[in-house]
Amino acid sequence: MSKTEFPPSITSRPVYGELEARSGSGHLMIADAEGAEAILDLANSADADFWAKAHIIYIPKKTGTKYSSQLEALGAGKYYAGPSYEAAQSRIRRALQDCHMGTQVYLSGTESLMGQAMAEATAAGIPHTAIQTEHRGSTARRMQCVHCKGITEDVTTDPFECSHCGLSLFVRDHYSRRLAAFQGVRVDAEDPGNIPEKVELFK
Amino acid sequence: MTIQFNDETFYGDFTFKNSDWAIKRFPFPFHEDSYMYSVNMEPHKSYRPGSVFERTFDVDEHYVSEMKDRARVLANDPLRCQSLPHMTLAGWDLVELIMEAKAAEYPDLFELHKDGNRWRWVNKPLGIDDTFTFLDESTLPYGPMEYITRQTQGDFAVLDQRDDNLWMDAGMVTTQADWSLDFDIGMNFFEWHAPVPKAHEMGIFVRALKFLLNIQQGQPARRLNWTMTVNPLLDTSPENYHKWGVMKQGLTMENIGEKQHLRVELQTFFRLPRSNALVFPIRCYLISFNDLVTVPKWARRLHRVIRDLPEELATYKGFIDNRPLMVEWLSQFDDGTPTSDGIWPDDD
Repeated sequence: MSKTEFPPSITSRPVYGELEARSGSGHLMIADAEGAEAILDLANSADADFWAKAHIIYIPKKTGTKYSSQLEALGAGKYYAGPSYEAAQSRIRRALQDCHMGTQVYLSGTESLMGQAMAEATAAGIPHTAIQTEHRGSTARRMQCVHCKGITEDVTTDPFECSHCGLSLFVRDHYSRRLAAFQGVRVDAEDPGNIPEKVELFK
Repeated sequence: MTIQFNDETFYGDFTFKNSDWAIKRFPFPFHEDSYMYSVNMEPHKSYRPGSVFERTFDVDEHYVSEMKDRARVLANDPLRCQSLPHMTLAGWDLVELIMEAKAAEYPDLFELHKDGNRWRWVNKPLGIDDTFTFLDESTLPYGPMEYITRQTQGDFAVLDQRDDNLWMDAGMVTTQADWSLDFDIGMNFFEWHAPVPKAHEMGIFVRALKFLLNIQQGQPARRLNWTMTVNPLLDTSPENYHKWGVMKQGLTMENIGEKQHLRVELQTFFRLPRSNALVFPIRCYLISFNDLVTVPKWARRLHRVIRDLPEELATYKGFIDNRPLMVEWLSQFDDGTPTSDGIWPDDD
């Protein structure tokens, strides 16, 4: 089971729910890695005519083919599996643009995927009440360096090195939905060189 | 009174200084010998001639140099000023609010001449004389919010009001107490305050939001907030924290009086007429410990407040490591005699 109980946190940190099949004019489902499990669970309660109107965009990441054949077998009207979020981005934008009134959006998997897809969906004018999220799999974080503004994906330790400017950053819980990222701040700003040992906080 | 504008810097060689006039009118934020969060709002009405509460937008001896510092910060990082597309009308509201207030309250420094929508704005201290068409962006060198806030001291957060919340959808932020507009833009009231410890549990933000949502046109409000800054650095941004954080090191009993500054924010809140947005100017005043202790009541009180401040607040405000030294230095000026109620010096 890949569900995570997040500890209570500050009010800018997103909270996630559980996907449920809702009635809608269409169903856009975007997931990565273990996020596939949330869609497969939802399939247990979806009506027979649900899948014909569904569009699944899936990024397996390290799970390889573990889930992709099961997802494909659901019989969605459109099914796509891609190598990375970046590669899928133009397709995601087009799919959101093609949404009609009443389309339901389902996001599942890592925070990075849900955050980025949520920002795209919001920018495309999808009402937040039509978007569901469910976290599955890795708790690694997508971090923005507050100093150089570069984004580092899949951060698992605190502190970590910014993949752009190289500073050692501590991981805050402060989260920007616009950037779909947590904030990283130089850990040794007040005492340069005094960098605490890395702790693996996220897996 | 004509103001003598200082030629001074807020970075590098830090030549910023307060005159005796500026010390005497400093907005000391502690009305009693202890401090805890509160909503502490009051009407922003003209109060005590000569004080920072007299005018709608206080202009003081630091005006010209602060505006130069803002231009410097913006040249280094243009993302300090941002406005989401739906906030342009609020920017015009702000142009009108500031120009009308300054022209009326400082007629020797600012002039506003209106011929219908054709406006002429004269800003004598900054040497600006511009004619433009109100509500026509193409007639100004910057967007309306950026144009007027390059000429007005203090940071500005412009908040859209919808869904019973306030949204940080535009701002000019170059003199901030360690928060990032670029990161926080688009957040709602609870999200951008998320990192503040304790205050959420105390219900401060729920009450403050309720108050702010109900601010009416022509009924602005204000409050004071404070923190500590080593060196008179206006730009204590997270973006540049990797450059200024190190300044907190190296304080000694000999140099703390000169280097350590109490940083006070005069926060005001105005409803804007066309956009129904709320503008939230955050004006920063700095005073060195040396200058502050020339007022005996402030010296005694600051010692007690800093000494007794809950650890979480001293940590959040970023001076937990230097607190013991601050308390030791300030204790020299506290003979234990009682202090009078309120923020004003006793000799007044």
